[in-house]
Amino acid sequence: MDFPVLRGVSYVLVHAPDMLVHMGTTQAVEREANPDSDYLKELSRHLRSYGECKAYPPNQAYIGNITPDELAKIPRPWHENPLVGANRLGGWGEIMPEDEFYALMKAVDSFDLVVLEEGFTAHVAGEIRDDSIWVEDDRERLGTGASASQIEELVGKGQALGLYVGEKLAGCVKAAHESDETLAAHVMAENLAAKASGTLAMRHLAARNGIDSSDIEYVIECSEEACGDMNQRGGGNFAKAIGETSGCINASGCDVRGFCAAPAHALVIAAGLVQSGIFKNVAVVGGGSTAKLGMNGRDHVRKGLPLLEDVLAGFAILVSANDGVSPAIRTDAVGRHKIGSGSSPEAVMTAIVVDPVQRIGLSLREVDKYSPEMQNPEITEPAGAGNVPTANLKLIAALAVKRGEIARGDLGAFVKRHGMPGFAPTQGHVPSGVPSLGYLCDEILAGRIRRAQIIGKGSLFLGRMTNLFDGISFIIESNPGKGEREDEKEAAAIAARVSEAQLRKIVADALRKVAQTLVQPRGGRYE
Amino acid sequence: MDLENQRRVKALAEKYGPENLVVVLGGAEAEASGLTAETVTAGDPTYAGPLAGVQLGLSVWHIVEDEIKAEVDPEVYDEQIGIMEMVLDIDAIKEEVSSIRKQYSIY
Repeated sequence: MDFPVLRGVSYVLVHAPDMLVHMGTTQAVEREANPDSDYLKELSRHLRSYGECKAYPPNQAYIGNITPDELAKIPRPWHENPLVGANRLGGWGEIMPEDEFYALMKAVDSFDLVVLEEGFTAHVAGEIRDDSIWVEDDRERLGTGASASQIEELVGKGQALGLYVGEKLAGCVKAAHESDETLAAHVMAENLAAKASGTLAMRHLAARNGIDSSDIEYVIECSEEACGDMNQRGGGNFAKAIGETSGCINASGCDVRGFCAAPAHALVIAAGLVQSGIFKNVAVVGGGSTAKLGMNGRDHVRKGLPLLEDVLAGFAILVSANDGVSPAIRTDAVGRHKIGSGSSPEAVMTAIVVDPVQRIGLSLREVDKYSPEMQNPEITEPAGAGNVPTANLKLIAALAVKRGEIARGDLGAFVKRHGMPGFAPTQGHVPSGVPSLGYLCDEILAGRIRRAQIIGKGSLFLGRMTNLFDGISFIIESNPGKGEREDEKEAAAIAARVSEAQLRKIVADALRKVAQTLVQPRGGRYE
Repeated sequence: MDLENQRRVKALAEKYGPENLVVVLGGAEAEASGLTAETVTAGDPTYAGPLAGVQLGLSVWHIVEDEIKAEVDPEVYDEQIGIMEMVLDIDAIKEEVSSIRKQYSIY
């Protein structure tokens, strides 16, 4: 059996301090309820500059300039140990400044909702590099901009949400309907940011991996936003919208939702589509979430930390038919939290992690690396949520203890050997397993590890439809080579030797034997 | 503490009386468990939710505390909590939650 493969990845970040202030829900809710609060007054003093954001070691790990192993060696707090000479571009993507991102939002806006000020437009047009990420159409769509007074009027009348650079209004996103709340300005801004960051990831996927976007046949978008109107709030389709702005002229697509677990669900679906032969190349893409910018800002400010949740994140992954080289997705080892699995941590981890490993005859020790939710602990620990990747690894290690695979005293060593430090921003769907795929693929290709398990988990209770937990996992491993395995090769060779006529004779003989058995008198033949 | 959960705890306390309510926490971290314990006793320390300035003084415990553990069938406890006992910093959680309880619980 040929398994589908991971042919390429991309990871992008967008430094978004002003979007944090104006669009992050923590700040927006606070502004609504308590406009003079100390938190809002303190906010600007805790924002990071683009340079600080770029040099932040976890961000450099996300775009592929340092490995998680190298990150682990940098002493914490990481925000006090910036990487000297850090690059904007990484092996898998880039860290884009906010002003250029506003231009990208404008470039991917199909309904003339993003309005940028003329001076800002001229400035940002000069910043845009001529590389494969920007296409000629983008410049045209950027246009020449509108006057500052026009933008002020739109924002002042509540018809648009401001796009700021510091205190200055650089542009706005207009509401797409007068009374439909699902097309309100803040929703359109959120959705256009998801579309633009998804587009950025898709363009890097093609550019960094030598992929022709027109070869992509299907796009699955897996962020946490909903686009639609009041008659179909989550109608979709981000996938096709992003495919359109990324040159995927031969693709269709759809959106898959599942809270933080969505990327893992999407990759399993993509693997299924490829293995079945329905499509040869399926891209999975997720854009960033403006709502989650500064989500734990209160805790970070209270503890005197910088606002570390100041980036939008995106990723894109190409799942393709077996090329004989790229790491394979073991579709026979997909783990899932079933509706009847139960909700205790042990039940959850057994369903998602242990069952699939056991199914293909492996022990937990034989999975070299586990990639659960990869949240950066520097963001979650001050907010009281602990070190998420390490907590997950401890649980897996505890299950290995319980199964008698390792001694209790080896729990710490298991966590260290099979885990990685978290480095992903807390952008909901982004941390869930997939940020490590780039690193893990490299490690597999270099022969340093053989296999890894990617684990996505989702907190479904947030939607108030069910209290059920969710999770799905899959195993990736080194490619055994193109074509069938030895036993299958042998079976195929035998099949090739048997002609159709011979096959008919075999079937006819078998049927005759069955018929004879049926007409024998009860027990007569063997008496 | 989640704003919706604050609202539900407040509503339950009003419906059944705070003296008839015991809150059992399941947080994985000492600090977060302490903040939740504080919210249902002394009020929401972040002043963001329905329990801001509301001192319910509820009896609050963590599932890993010995008194609660003793109330549960050992087999069920092992099935539901056993694995977490191996990985959590139980002592820190016990210390944090019991300290809040001693300070602010009325019932």
